[in-house]
Amino acid sequence: MKDSGAPYVTADGRQIGKVLMDMRGITLRFGGVEAIKDISFDIREGEIRAMIGPNGAGKSSMLNVISGFYHPQEGEVWFRGEKRPPMKPFQVARLGIARTFQNIALFDGMSVLDNIMTGRLTHMKTGLLAQMVWKGPAEREEVENRAVVERIIDFLEIQAIRKTPVGRLPYGLKKRVELARALAAEPKLLLLDEPMAGMNVEEKEDMSRFILDVNDEFGTTIALIEHDMGVVMDLSDRVVVMDYGRKIGDGTPHEVRNNQEVIDAYLGVAHD
Amino acid sequence: MTPVAPGADAVSIPHLLARNVARHGGKAAYREKEFGIWQSWTWTQAAEEIDALALGLLEMGANVGDHIAISGRNRPALYWAMVAAQKLGCIPVPLYQEAAVEEIAYALEHSGARFAIAGDQEQVDKLTEARQGLTDLEQIIYLDGRGLRRYDHAAMTSYAEVQAAGRKSSLRAEMQARTDARTYDDTCVMLYTSGTTGRPKGVVLSNRNVIETSKNSATFDDLRAGDEVLAYLPMAWVGDFIFSVGQAMWTGFCVNCPESADTMLTDLREIGPTYYFAPPRVFETQLTTVMIRMEDAGRFKKGLFDHYMKIARRVGPALLDGKSVGLLDRLRYAMGSLLVYGPLKNTLGLSRVRVGYTAGEAIGPEIFDFYRSLGINLKQLYGQTEATVFITQQPDGQVRSDTVGVPSPGVELRIADNGEVYYRSPGTFVEYYKNAESTASTKDAEGWVATGDAGFIEEGTGHLRIIDRAKDVGKMADGAMFAPKYVENKLKFYPNILEAVVFGAGRDRCVAFINIDLNAVGNWAERKNIAYSSYQELSQHPQVLDLVESHVNAVNESVAQDPMLAACQIHRFLVLHKELDADDGEMTRSRKVRRAVVGDKFADLIAALYDGSSEVYTETEVTYEDGRKGAIKATLAIRDAKVVSATRMAAE
Repeated sequence: MKDSGAPYVTADGRQIGKVLMDMRGITLRFGGVEAIKDISFDIREGEIRAMIGPNGAGKSSMLNVISGFYHPQEGEVWFRGEKRPPMKPFQVARLGIARTFQNIALFDGMSVLDNIMTGRLTHMKTGLLAQMVWKGPAEREEVENRAVVERIIDFLEIQAIRKTPVGRLPYGLKKRVELARALAAEPKLLLLDEPMAGMNVEEKEDMSRFILDVNDEFGTTIALIEHDMGVVMDLSDRVVVMDYGRKIGDGTPHEVRNNQEVIDAYLGVAHD
Repeated sequence: MTPVAPGADAVSIPHLLARNVARHGGKAAYREKEFGIWQSWTWTQAAEEIDALALGLLEMGANVGDHIAISGRNRPALYWAMVAAQKLGCIPVPLYQEAAVEEIAYALEHSGARFAIAGDQEQVDKLTEARQGLTDLEQIIYLDGRGLRRYDHAAMTSYAEVQAAGRKSSLRAEMQARTDARTYDDTCVMLYTSGTTGRPKGVVLSNRNVIETSKNSATFDDLRAGDEVLAYLPMAWVGDFIFSVGQAMWTGFCVNCPESADTMLTDLREIGPTYYFAPPRVFETQLTTVMIRMEDAGRFKKGLFDHYMKIARRVGPALLDGKSVGLLDRLRYAMGSLLVYGPLKNTLGLSRVRVGYTAGEAIGPEIFDFYRSLGINLKQLYGQTEATVFITQQPDGQVRSDTVGVPSPGVELRIADNGEVYYRSPGTFVEYYKNAESTASTKDAEGWVATGDAGFIEEGTGHLRIIDRAKDVGKMADGAMFAPKYVENKLKFYPNILEAVVFGAGRDRCVAFINIDLNAVGNWAERKNIAYSSYQELSQHPQVLDLVESHVNAVNESVAQDPMLAACQIHRFLVLHKELDADDGEMTRSRKVRRAVVGDKFADLIAALYDGSSEVYTETEVTYEDGRKGAIKATLAIRDAKVVSATRMAAE
């Protein structure tokens, strides 16, 4: 286990830094239902951190806690060495945390380009009035933001659909556009909720390649939820395993795979 | 354009570059769409980039006569790499970017390239794999460094670093001396032919070949500075080399590179080239797309389109050929231009085309006429790598779909007794690299080259007509002429049929394999409410088989018109369960069917076609895009086609 907190270099030469996000004793209840029970784990700079677990284990809830959509009843969220007060999602986004959704949440009637541009919103400073007048700062700002977006379009190889309305795209491409929009925010931490759900093998391979490239080229820290164990084992540096709202395993893919509790959870041992 | 006699100023591509800088320095020489914007480089800027790269390569120790492999999609930087190599007296060897690792390994080994310039990670990966066991390849220079950060950089450098080193270099005088020392008979480029049989051969083309051909062809079609081309065909193909390097350098026109392979049609529309080349397949795809969209259009639009296309088909070609047309028809055509042809040409990106060519395969008369009737000056040419492209081409005003034109300027033609076409021209290649035997068997002492195609020169017009590959033209059991390509082309003119392979040499009758076109047939199936879940299922649907059968019957009727070829009618056929594919070795990289491979691989199917059975079970090995192998199993139905008998023909 690499929980000493010291920076290290992975086997494939990537630099893993300090703790970026530290979840301490998180408990989340919906009425009488405990979705998350006293879970602690950390995410370190530059790493790809996976969350796995059977359906209803609380993975998406955990992602929603990180992104500020849910507020845990107990526990603390520490980000970049500071305790984070309860925040609204847009405030969290300004901290440099971006996400994609399990069931795609794009604007169907807008073009791919416009959808990705919305990801730049947190970087736009000019007010409504200046935007309406358009000349001067607002125009310069748009040009700068467009340049960032175009680099992402190039990076994810979606030039051919730049002007296509999102509603007309096949599922695999929509997923890619969603990733593009999250990247447009230039996040420190990127949260991916089942980025490969419903994809065929080829699309999964493409998406895996893009996730690795994002991590490598932009140094973005990535936390992802995924069901495809093969993908998780290949991509991630460390894995948190959840079951019925509890954390039952945490470690490198190799450690997690050989953890008896994890095996039981996946093979379905009777709970009493 | 003022023709310049090739003298001291035009003996090599780098010399032409210097001349263009002097003549057109501030005009755009290259454009590439990147990050959503068309970036341009003037001749002066391009020359500076080329110098920087050449000097960088010189610093790395490139020697005169070295081969430099270049592999990637069409990008200005890779075109510059070719010229940079030539400046140093090196020989650029462009490779097909889709080539498999073994093909690349063969080319690297055969050419002994010490340097390779790669477009991106994919190409670097292939080159790295291919170089295992090769000692000659020293450095891979990559253009797009994405994904390469953690690669071992001991034998790898970025293009920008090489240029940066070049900009600081003190070897400028040596580079200039090497450029000045180029002669008209130095090697300009080496191109590997995809080869329908055997190993690819390295075709060596001299500066004389390339520049003479570029000069002649540019004069033939009045190409000039200010023309625009879109460079999207493989850089390893001789055509792209002549259009995007030879003719561009000779005339000083601008070469535009698309953003990616997928955006080609959008980029075509944005650039609006004035000189355009596309293989028949591209024209077919564009026409199919238009037709599919018209099927879905409202009744008014559809009616308007049908009405004016009828007028266009009647009047358009005549107008284009400068023949006399009545006033009323002229007015109707002008109205059509306003309402239909103009917008359509704009959508296709062909509004500004002054000269358009298609070659490589026969083009369907309907497709050809469609474009010509819109007022697009689409013509045919006939050529091959060994001729530096041009053998024959169609002059303006003498354009027909069934000929390939008159001999290009400077080309002599001869038809041998067996019907094979021979040529001799200033473009005739120097040799096959390290293969004197093949050189001797292809080019005789007087410089005549066998094309491998059978054809004849039409009485009266002097146009060449190609029937088939000479070696494919065979005899049937009863001695009748067997010309499979002739029949296959007729089949492929139907949009629903993507490929066809006809067998029958030495047999008593002909049979055929058919590949359906998934786009066209899929769309047809959708309109007919035919459900299918895979290519295989669609291909065996009884209604699809009916559709194909009707096409085969129609082709039989048309083949029977020609008494010489009447025996080539198709008696039985089947629709293949998979598309013929270059990855499975069934086609060449330039998508020509490898008849022998297909014949061997599907021997069981051919046997079933001849033994009278009504269906056949088969298992076929396929290679996926990532190189893994799998097998598909299928039961294929065999149909009998209607054959028109000679006696019935006689009775009519």
